[in-house]
Amino acid sequence: MNKGNTYIFIYSVVMVIIVAAVLSTAAMLLKPYQDKNIMIEKKLNILSSVMDEKPEKKDVEMLYKERVTESFAINNKGEILEGIDAFDVDLKKEMRKSPEERALPVFIYSYQGNTNLIVPVIGKGLWGPIWGYVSFENDFNTIHGVSFDHKSETPGLGAEINTQWFMSPFKGKKIFDESGKFVSITVVKGGADPNSLHQVDGISGGTITSKALEKMLIDCIVSYESYFKSQNK
Amino acid sequence: MSLFSSKNMKLLRDPLGDSNPITVQVLGICSALAVTAKLEPAVVMAISVMAVMAFSNVLISMLRNTVPNRIRIIVQLVIIAALVILVDQVLKAFVYDVSKQLSVFVGLIITNCIIMGRLEAFALGNKPWPSFLDGIGNAAGYGIILIIVAFFRELLGSGTVWGMEVFGHKSADVAESTGLYSVGYVDNGLMILPPMALITVGIIIWVQRSRSKNLIESN
Repeated sequence: MNKGNTYIFIYSVVMVIIVAAVLSTAAMLLKPYQDKNIMIEKKLNILSSVMDEKPEKKDVEMLYKERVTESFAINNKGEILEGIDAFDVDLKKEMRKSPEERALPVFIYSYQGNTNLIVPVIGKGLWGPIWGYVSFENDFNTIHGVSFDHKSETPGLGAEINTQWFMSPFKGKKIFDESGKFVSITVVKGGADPNSLHQVDGISGGTITSKALEKMLIDCIVSYESYFKSQNK
Repeated sequence: MSLFSSKNMKLLRDPLGDSNPITVQVLGICSALAVTAKLEPAVVMAISVMAVMAFSNVLISMLRNTVPNRIRIIVQLVIIAALVILVDQVLKAFVYDVSKQLSVFVGLIITNCIIMGRLEAFALGNKPWPSFLDGIGNAAGYGIILIIVAFFRELLGSGTVWGMEVFGHKSADVAESTGLYSVGYVDNGLMILPPMALITVGIIIWVQRSRSKNLIESN
């Protein structure tokens, strides 16, 4: 139908206001559910870096409460920062700051007498962010397990970083060499040396993601170096 | 006129067959390629499109006598966009894992040509109830192709159906595999990649055309 400009103008204004009201109400009502999903996912990622079997979603809350006994944030000199909840630290924002200003989260997992320390890592993959958690043994050197995830890496290639065959070889690798120098873990194209304590197999066809993951491990874990060393005297 | 008269039922049935939005009108191909690597996201995508399509058709049909002609495309877009955002928020709240897999494609329902096509071609000129049926019908026609494609891609590409292993368990070591994998069967990794969705859709079009002769152009 054809109407004058006034009608069209009022029509669009009213329409936009109604739509905006509906959408913001829906967003407000659904926000608690969405936040809960994000929180459970984060806890699930933390737990799966240290547990051999990936926990069930419904058990996550209980397991996390029971086994993650302590969490705190440190700075890159290894001093504990007071008044910061490690779970709420946004590592992406922290990594943009200069190394001295970063608050670095640490999670302590204790179960059946074993204590593991879990640190988050985040970096840039080929198409989008990649992130994960790395858990360490009591010696602050040996990797106990990892869990990686990604937003939009290529399926079948870079996206393989969150599969068991890629993640399980990290177990038992060490981030410091014999002289105590930080060497991190190298993701090797074409097969890692099976005797090396610092190499894992890369993904054929996923070299850029593999290298990005390697860089992510170096960038994030190096900030923890002095904390690990101070704990391991 | 009864609610389920033969004329109304035709609105529901036609898009499943001779006027299927994907295989006959070749609309909405982009999302059909992207979300069909696994069955579960394909089903959720089909349901989401159905919700958006049915409600936007009804809303536009109810407003059809008030929408100013000069801004009707904008009005359609605002309504589609609002519904898509609603669907996206609901998915994030209640089926978080699936919404992560669908990621950007839920948002891209906004640009799904089938929806705007039906609003322009049908809802603007018809009463709400037929428009509702038309929306459901077209979304079902879209969804059924999505599900067929996803079934074959998941079966041949990952050896699973809805996440269940149908060809036996595969492991990196052949000796530990069971079923077909123990005799050396390997999944076809190409099926996971988008080009194979296009080829699968092509095969469906081929089958459909060879069965229904009135789809074949005369020249």
